[in-house]
Amino acid sequence: MNRIHTLFQNKQKQVLSIYFTAGFPELEDTVPIMEAIEAAGADIIEIGVPYSDPIADGPTIQDSNMIALENGMSLKKLFSQLEGFREKVSLPVVLMGYLNPIIQYGMEDFCAKCQELGIDGLILPDLPMHQYLEEFKELFEQYGLSNTFLISPQTSEKRISEIDQHSNGFIYMVSSHSITGAKAGISDEQKAYFKRVQEMKLKNPRLIGFGISDAETFQTASSFSHGAIIGSAFIKIIKDSKDLKADINQYIQSVIK
Amino acid sequence: MIRVDEKGFYGKFGGAYIPEMLHPNIEELRENYEQIISTEEFKTEFQSLLKDFVGRPTPLYLATRLSEKYGAKIYLKREDLCHTGAHKVNNTVGQIILAKKLGKKRIIAETGAGQHGVATATVCALMGMECTVYMGALDIQRQKPNVERMKILGAKVVPATSGSQTLKDATNEAMRQWINNPVDTHYIIGSVVGPHPYPEMVAKFQSVISEEIKTQLKEKEGRENPDLVIACVGGGSNAAGAFYHYYNVPEVRLIAAEAAGLGISSGKSAATTALGTMGILHGSKTLLMQTEDGQVVEPHSISAGLDYPGIGPVHAHLFDIGRGEFVAVEDEDAMKAGIELSRLEGIIPAIETSHAIHALNMIEYKKDDIIVINLSGRGDKDLDTYIKWGGY
Ligand SMILES: Cc1ncc(COP(=O)(O)O)c(C=O)c1O
Repeated sequence: MNRIHTLFQNKQKQVLSIYFTAGFPELEDTVPIMEAIEAAGADIIEIGVPYSDPIADGPTIQDSNMIALENGMSLKKLFSQLEGFREKVSLPVVLMGYLNPIIQYGMEDFCAKCQELGIDGLILPDLPMHQYLEEFKELFEQYGLSNTFLISPQTSEKRISEIDQHSNGFIYMVSSHSITGAKAGISDEQKAYFKRVQEMKLKNPRLIGFGISDAETFQTASSFSHGAIIGSAFIKIIKDSKDLKADINQYIQSVIK
Repeated sequence: MIRVDEKGFYGKFGGAYIPEMLHPNIEELRENYEQIISTEEFKTEFQSLLKDFVGRPTPLYLATRLSEKYGAKIYLKREDLCHTGAHKVNNTVGQIILAKKLGKKRIIAETGAGQHGVATATVCALMGMECTVYMGALDIQRQKPNVERMKILGAKVVPATSGSQTLKDATNEAMRQWINNPVDTHYIIGSVVGPHPYPEMVAKFQSVISEEIKTQLKEKEGRENPDLVIACVGGGSNAAGAFYHYYNVPEVRLIAAEAAGLGISSGKSAATTALGTMGILHGSKTLLMQTEDGQVVEPHSISAGLDYPGIGPVHAHLFDIGRGEFVAVEDEDAMKAGIELSRLEGIIPAIETSHAIHALNMIEYKKDDIIVINLSGRGDKDLDTYIKWGGY
């Protein structure tokens, strides 16, 4: 059974997913960071596949993408780093990446490789739903990969229902009209949107991401959902870290305390 | 038939590969634009602004000395005489009226050469709308006069500092800012790129170019169809406009001039059809200069307006099915062609346009062929580049 499904069967509250960019800050940091995230007590690992033109990302993740690429990261390199990672990491692992590098690799080869390595799911922010349904749904299912779509405060209820119907794994709720990046606090308007979606009683669990950075925003987001996703704030922690393991542990502990 | 299908594809190219956050914006446009632009009210306002504000129809000018030199009958479609100095304004006039009808309050745009930025700032001033233009930090340096023009017109110019700091990055930044301001803001894309319905919408607004060519050529030559139409292609909006009513007239050859930069194999080029493969950039599937790993390659061209690693999906399709003939013109040849046109016809062209002029040397044609070159813009904005280059 897919590890994402198992996770949400056992835990419906305060699920913490951590995003980081593969190959950042140093090329070979990918697997050590995964181990540190697991050891620190997070629930899901989201590995960002770096891309030259990440249009849904703010400055922090843009920079981590650029640096990772300069370090020599690529999808092929990432897959070679992930060879055998399941001996060290047992958390659900999701790959998040823009479509272009993946279609250059070849979608079917990509899916097959993900399954072989033990990846559980995919988040492809610029893959629109109808294209997914037409071209890729069967492949994802064939290779046992769960697919996560994003929704935003602008997404209509009708579309949220459609997305819910075609998702398996979890739904990624973008917390505001925004690209990625940590902001201060969560506004009442955002809470109203969280509540509105909460009351829709979707079949998939919901994780809230973008702008979640600390214990307070994590707790607030989690009170309206199954948990939250931290990206930019985590990238900032590892960017200047001299001791990844210790800093990651301290940061994640401070969020879930 | 060359036309966009329901899902926004031209053959294999096009579509709307966008983050979900932009889905409502794109849907709003897609659902409304055709209906809005087909109303009499829209058409009347668009036509009257094109006439009295932009100065259309632009002349179709028989370039006698150029014709003599090249041994064909060469007409220049004078988009350089449009208000603000390039074809870009045809599109911004159309989109600003549309934005108003959609109830938008703010406009954002990307720009490369600054021509689209100026054209956007201009129509925003005209309509009293707030305007922010994203421009690559490198382009801000090499297109100084246009930056100042935008500011004089009341627009805010924001540098895009990521990546190659050119048009691609400015477009990324504009898309990000649209995600951040989805409700009251309309994004005026400057070329036939981006997610559906932008490529077709921009082409429609630019199609006035070939519509006029047909009428004007009929008056001058007794026929609507030239033998060849030549245009430069950055994203491809002036070319799409000049080709539009000829897409499905096979006897008219469509010649697209891309920027080869320092040479196709120099590593410093923007010749997308020569170097590109199928990929996804800025929301559409198209030909794209990229690494084997799917990272977008930083292009190079001496002309900021052609310095883009992709082309509009319609052009990728024209290339794919062999309907368009694509040539790649190097920096140096383009500069010389600019000087040549200046000396032969008294017209200093934009450096983008100079690529289309040089294409005359790269294609075969017959002695009495009628050739229309789309003179997409004037060279005022490029004086710095001409001066630095110095070969005159
Ligand atoms: C004069 C001129 N011609 C051509 C272009 C290239 O754009 P497109 O290929 O969309 O016509 C530009 C872009 O800035 C321009 O200013």
